[in-house]
Parts: sequence; structure tokens; C-alpha cells
Amino acid sequence: MLELKNISYSVKDEASGKKQDILKNVSLAFEDRAISVITGPNGSGKSTLIRILMGISKPTSGKIVFNGEDITGLSITERAQKGFTIAFQQPVRFKGITVKKLLELACGKKLDMNGMCDCLSAVGLCARNYIDRAVDGTLSGGELKRIELATAIAKGGDVFLLDEPEAGIDLWSFEDLVKVFEKLHEKTVIIVSHQQRILETADKVILFENDKPVSIGRGEEMFQKLTQRPSLCWRNVKEN
Amino acid sequence: MDKMDRTDEQLLETIADLHGIPEGSFNIRKNGKLLARNSGTDVEIVSKTDKDGIDIIVKPGVKNKSVHIPVLLTVGDFQDTVYNDFFIGEDSDVTIVAGCGIHNDTCGNAEHDGVHTFYVGKNAKVRYVERHYADGSGTGKKVFDPVTKIYLKENAQFILESTQLGGVTYTERKTYATVGKNAQLLVKEKILTDGEEKAITDFKVKLSGKNSRADIVSRSVAKGNSLQQFKSDMVGKNECFGHVECDGIVLDGARIISTPKIDAVSPEASLVHEAAVGKIAGEQLLKLMSLGLSEQEAEDAVIKGFLN
Repeated sequence: MLELKNISYSVKDEASGKKQDILKNVSLAFEDRAISVITGPNGSGKSTLIRILMGISKPTSGKIVFNGEDITGLSITERAQKGFTIAFQQPVRFKGITVKKLLELACGKKLDMNGMCDCLSAVGLCARNYIDRAVDGTLSGGELKRIELATAIAKGGDVFLLDEPEAGIDLWSFEDLVKVFEKLHEKTVIIVSHQQRILETADKVILFENDKPVSIGRGEEMFQKLTQRPSLCWRNVKEN
Repeated sequence: MDKMDRTDEQLLETIADLHGIPEGSFNIRKNGKLLARNSGTDVEIVSKTDKDGIDIIVKPGVKNKSVHIPVLLTVGDFQDTVYNDFFIGEDSDVTIVAGCGIHNDTCGNAEHDGVHTFYVGKNAKVRYVERHYADGSGTGKKVFDPVTKIYLKENAQFILESTQLGGVTYTERKTYATVGKNAQLLVKEKILTDGEEKAITDFKVKLSGKNSRADIVSRSVAKGNSLQQFKSDMVGKNECFGHVECDGIVLDGARIISTPKIDAVSPEASLVHEAAVGKIAGEQLLKLMSLGLSEQEAEDAVIKGFLN
């Protein structure tokens, strides 16, 4: 069980000098062996929540408790070693680091062809075509996004934080992506997403609006609620 | 002739991937003297008579041959200048490995200056690998001031891979090239400096032939208080394409100065330069730390990949 207790996160607005709340007094629980999807308008604090869970941003106040242990003070490295795994919304590029090297860094050991095939075929890439390529600007946005997911799979862990994993992935591959999440069903999976198909796979949907969750429910019932809220961004995405 | 000892063997392994005496044509120079040589019929190696150095003659049409000409310097208070000329026959395809290793345990300076001139014939292809490395416990400086001149005839291709990954107190590397019709020059340079080391690298490239090409990619990492300077001067005198890229990572109190110059003398010339110098991007470290690496391990992984 992963719990957020009264988490707040605020930044100072550089122009006005005023305090700006990104997250305000958020308390949430993520159960083991469940897929939770966080959705909501842009700027409602979803990605910040993911960064706070991974230890990239430190909350202004509040506690994060993982299996009964307060992990609020743990660094990114320590959380990664505890089983937290993140796939970033915008994958980072590295000059010179190959796909193979990145996968090996992720799983902490040398990988043979079979090992690399396992990670890359799960995201629809053929290992032979990719392992020697550098993770840099020569890869397309969609390829980078898939490799980002592949590194998360290679790393493994108990808590998966996936920030808009579908962004840049073509429609034709969407079902394969959903299969990746389904395979992670034994873990705690937290996905930030705007996509209907991903919301449908969720055990739990959390709707964020203005720095906090405003509604939490089971996938299907939340879906009904969301369709009645035309102001929400996901609807625009659907209509497009 | 001197014998090879353990230090020599280690240096040879580092600079030329050699385990003992290589196959094919080779010339091993140690402390200003010839240590071993094999001159073949395809690739002939002849001592110069007017000055210190050798002529390396690759016969026309010779394919898939390698030549090793490593230099070792294991004493202090020694300055070794050598003039090597390479005559690469038409339609040949060769790899030349020319590293230099200095091991200086003394307080006197050890310096090796290799002046290499390549005359590359029509349709010939050369891969030239030059690795510079230095170690040793002495306070004496370890210096390399190489000069490489390259003349490429029609359709010739020259790949220069130069690497300096540590221990060199001071280096000033000069590379001059004249690229003929349909000929290509490809340069991959990698430099790592640390402590108080200083490295200067200076390219002057003339794209004189029609459809000539040059691609210079320099990657450097400067740590400690080290200083690196990258200069390039590319002139397009014909319909040609030239690209210069200088990427530098600075750490600690180090500094990298990049000065690329491009000059399209011919209106048909297309020349590009890119330069980026700065510290390691924070998001790269975050990504690697999120895979379980410590900050130091993440930094090392980025640098290792960058210098690949």
C-alpha cells in the first residue's frame, strides 16, 4: 500500500513573488495489485504528484508512506532501489548512450539478446533494429517513448509511475500498450492519462482539478461521471 | 634494439589494442629509437635519411591491410619529434593505428610530437586511429603536440579517429586537410581532461574539390580545473558540404572554449557548424538515478556514453 498523507506542494511565482499551490492537502491511497489512473485538466498537479512519489520533487508538507514506512525523506536513488519505477512524460535523450546500455543500466546487469528482446518486443520494437542505436535525436518521439517504457520494464519493481505513457504512440499500437499495463497488474501501477481506453483498464480513476483530487471511483462509474463534465480536457481529446 | 618490458606492453595495449607484436606491417618506436619493425610487400616502411621518421608506402590496390606505428616514451627529460609520411596508393583500403603512450615517473618532461603527412591517392580509403595516453607518478609533464596534414585526391576517403582519454598534461593538436573532388574527410575526436591539464585542438580544412565533404565531430569532457580549446576553420572553395560539431561537457571548475569558423568562398558551398558547451543536463541525471544509480554513477554513465 502506498499512501499520500496531507501532501502539499507550492512554488513561488517568479513574476509576482506570490506562493502558488500546485498540490493542496492531498491524501490518497494506492492499493497493491491495482491500476490507478489519474486524469484531469492540464496544470491540475498530476505530473507533480508523480514527481513527488518518485522523490524528484520534495513536498512542502505531508508524508508519503510505503508499506507502513515513511519514505518522504528518501532520495530518487533510494526509492528506485525500493522498487519505484518511473516512465517520464518526456523521455530524456543521451548522446552516445545506446538502447542496449540504457536497458542494462535499468536492469543492473548485462543483457543477452533474449533479455533485450523481452523488454523491447513488449513495447513493439524489434531488438535487432534498436539495441545499437543511441538514445538521441535520431530516434523519433514515439520510438523514444517506447524505449522509455522498455527501460521501466527492464528495471522492474513494485510501484510503476507512468506519466502519459500513450503520448506519441500511434493508434495502431494502442492495444499493445494496454497489454503492457495489464501485464503489470500484479504491481501497484499509477498512470497519468487522458485516454479513454486507458481509463477503461483502470481499477480506480482519480480525477484531479485545481491542485487536488475532486472525485475518486471505480473505472466504469467514473467514466460515466466524466462524460457529463464537458469542461474537462479529456473530452476534447476524445472528440479530436 | 631495446627489448619490450611490462610497461611497454601495457602502453601498447592501451594505445593500439596490441597484445605483443602485431601482425602485418608495423613500426614500434621507443624513446626515440626503433624497437621493432616489419616491412611487407604491400605496405613498405622505410626510415628517412634526412631526418627522424619513416615513410609508409601503401601500394596501389592493397585492400584490408592494417599498419601499426605506435610510439612509446618511458623516460623523462626527453623530447621526441618524428616526421612520418604516408603515401597511400590509388584504390587501396587500409587502417593505420598510430597511438602514443607516455609513462613518466620522473620530474623531467616527456614530449612526443608526431608530424604526420598523408598523401591519399584516387579512390583510396584510409582509417587512421590515433590514441594518446599518459600515466606515471612523476611531476614531469606529459606533452603531445601532433601535427597531421592530409591531402585527399579525387574520391579518396579519410576517417580520422583521435582519442585522448587521460593523463596528458598538455596537448596542442593541429590538423590540416585539403579535400579534393568527391573526396571525404570524417573526423571523430574525443578528449577527456582533468586536474590542471590543457588541451588545444585546431582544425583547418579546405574543401577545394567539387562535391567534397568534411564532417568533424568533437566530443570533449573537461573535469577538475582543466581547460580545453576547440578551434576550427573550414573553407568551402567549391560546391561542397562541410559540417563541424563541437559538444563539450564541463564539470567542477573546468572550462571549454569553442571557436568554429566557416567561410563559404564559393556560393555553392554549404557549411554548418554546431557547438554546445555546458554541464550535464539535470534531467539526464534524474533519469539514471530513477533507474537506481547514485548521482556519481549517473554522472559517470553519461560521460562514458558521451565519449563512447
